[in-house]
Amino acid sequence: MAGIVFDKVGKSFDGERVIDSMELTVADGELLVLVGPSGCGKSTVLRMVAGLESVTEGTIRIGGRIVNDLPPQQRNVAMVFQNYALYPHMTVRQNLAFPLKMKKLAGAEIDRRVAETAAMLDLTPLLERRPKALSGGQRQRVAMGRAIIRDADIFLMDEPLSNLDAKLRGQIRTDIAALQARLGITTLYVTHDQTEAMTLGQRVAVMRKGRLQQVAPPHALYTSPANIFVAGFIGSPGMNILRATLEQEDDERFLRLDGQRLPLTRTVIERHHGLADHTGRELLVGIRPEHLALTDSAGHGTLTVAAHAAESLGHETIVHVDGEVETVTPDAPELARTTEAQTRLITVLPGHHPISRGEILHLRPEPDRLHLFDPSGNTLA
Amino acid sequence: MKHLLRRSLDYLLVTTLALLFLAPVVMMLVGSLKPDQRVLVEAGSLAAFIPGEASLQNYADVFARSDFLRFLLNSLLITGTIVATGLLVNSLAAYAFARLQWRGRDLLFNLVLALMILPLEAIAVPLFYQVALLGLRDTYTAQILPFIANAFAIYLFYSFFIGLPRELEEAARLDGASTLRIFFSIIVPNSKPVFASVAILTFLMWWGSYLWPLMVTIGPAVRPLPVAIASFYTLPPLQWGDILAFGVMMVSPALLIFLLFQRWFVRGVAASAIKG
Repeated sequence: MAGIVFDKVGKSFDGERVIDSMELTVADGELLVLVGPSGCGKSTVLRMVAGLESVTEGTIRIGGRIVNDLPPQQRNVAMVFQNYALYPHMTVRQNLAFPLKMKKLAGAEIDRRVAETAAMLDLTPLLERRPKALSGGQRQRVAMGRAIIRDADIFLMDEPLSNLDAKLRGQIRTDIAALQARLGITTLYVTHDQTEAMTLGQRVAVMRKGRLQQVAPPHALYTSPANIFVAGFIGSPGMNILRATLEQEDDERFLRLDGQRLPLTRTVIERHHGLADHTGRELLVGIRPEHLALTDSAGHGTLTVAAHAAESLGHETIVHVDGEVETVTPDAPELARTTEAQTRLITVLPGHHPISRGEILHLRPEPDRLHLFDPSGNTLA
Repeated sequence: MKHLLRRSLDYLLVTTLALLFLAPVVMMLVGSLKPDQRVLVEAGSLAAFIPGEASLQNYADVFARSDFLRFLLNSLLITGTIVATGLLVNSLAAYAFARLQWRGRDLLFNLVLALMILPLEAIAVPLFYQVALLGLRDTYTAQILPFIANAFAIYLFYSFFIGLPRELEEAARLDGASTLRIFFSIIVPNSKPVFASVAILTFLMWWGSYLWPLMVTIGPAVRPLPVAIASFYTLPPLQWGDILAFGVMMVSPALLIFLLFQRWFVRGVAASAIKG
């Protein structure tokens, strides 16, 4: 068993920097999910741990030992690939036995461990089949088995569920979490799917453009995102980010969003200590779609908007609306004002709401659940 | 109706072409079964394709008048060795070009590709001097060694290997396999079609090879079939039936091998071509 420590790890491809000074510790036995949009460098991080990519700068330690220059076979890490990478010419039994054969274990020992692993993953009836005769879910289990059987120090999983259909994905996600908890093996799990990250990870590391944005338990990412990127990435649909000005009248502090006025509650003010310094200045305010409630009439603390589209999922309705506000795309790097201001917000309303396009709605943000960010997108301390 | 006409025309064209290609082979086979007097007389007419009273006398004559078995064994040994060692050497070279990282790789690979356009005739004379200098004339070695490494074979292997999923090798590497182990345990078993096509192409190329063996062989001891049939032509008396029987026996192994592996061959060439 061993933890992984990234110490100022950097990676460049042909002079182009893809991982920037990464500092991260994965504790012994922890399941840490690395999540981010495609191209953010998360798979590169995994491949550097595996030894399939070199480390340009900094050090990676596994169990206290620097592994930068160790070849993959000497790192004792097991990896589950996105396309499973099962050996097509071998049966399930031979696939499982291959890593043990490479370790030159005795035949009887190999047979015992193959039988044990197959039993653990319900693969026993499939042992004599070739990968092409297996379903996606079965292949996934064989890939897991090939990783487990080796008694590796570290599990690396590179989007292992992305080739499965949604229903199976949910089921196998639970299986993986249970298996990892049972075996207690340090696991680094890469995905672009925030639902997977939130449900699987003991901690989740959010990456963007080769940089770690925030590392925290799933609920903390949701309740206290470090910046607007994390706010927009975690949660589905992502958080609405609006431009606002912080104003004060007498003792009351409120946000002015174009014509509208949103009062700030004590809870919000206490959460953002440095707020006073921003009075009279521009801020970004984040409101999660599920924290915008429908009210009957306009008034203090409500936003008046026009429905653009409504998607009913049965248990909830996702409504895209346009309002007299200016919104910001969380992924816009420098937050430069575009020539055409965006006005689109999303709200999630519980239950079924037959809303037609153009319908005027009054939305009331839950006053205690506003998130405030400075103009560069970082949360206000 | 138009569709039917189109289809009939297609079939007519294909059948005509097939007949044109088949005609010389059938004529050779039928001629080899006829008494010598009839072979030339009937050659210009449709009778050339009708055996009439068939006999194997010409075949018996070939064995009586020449050391056919020895030439056959020579050809099998030379071609077989080139094919077997070539598969190993060229596939390993192609793997190194396709997957391993080393200084000068791309330059060397381009040089190898450039070699593909160089015909044997262009280098035959300097190669001959080299062989003579090494004292290898009239040996099997002279007929085998220069042709084991083959640019076209390397190219075919390369095109196939580059299309194999890289994750398979990475998984094997993480499982603890060395590069050679990965090659033999993972790459080779998943590359059967390209091995089959390279084997067949190499076999056909060297089974019929004439110029080089003619240059380097002196006596009949290490002479292969193509050179042997040429001297059989000039062996008096001129017997056309015998020559055709010799030809049939010379072509049969190549035909047999092609028919046996045709399925893999076509798949291998298609795969190399598409992925290349």
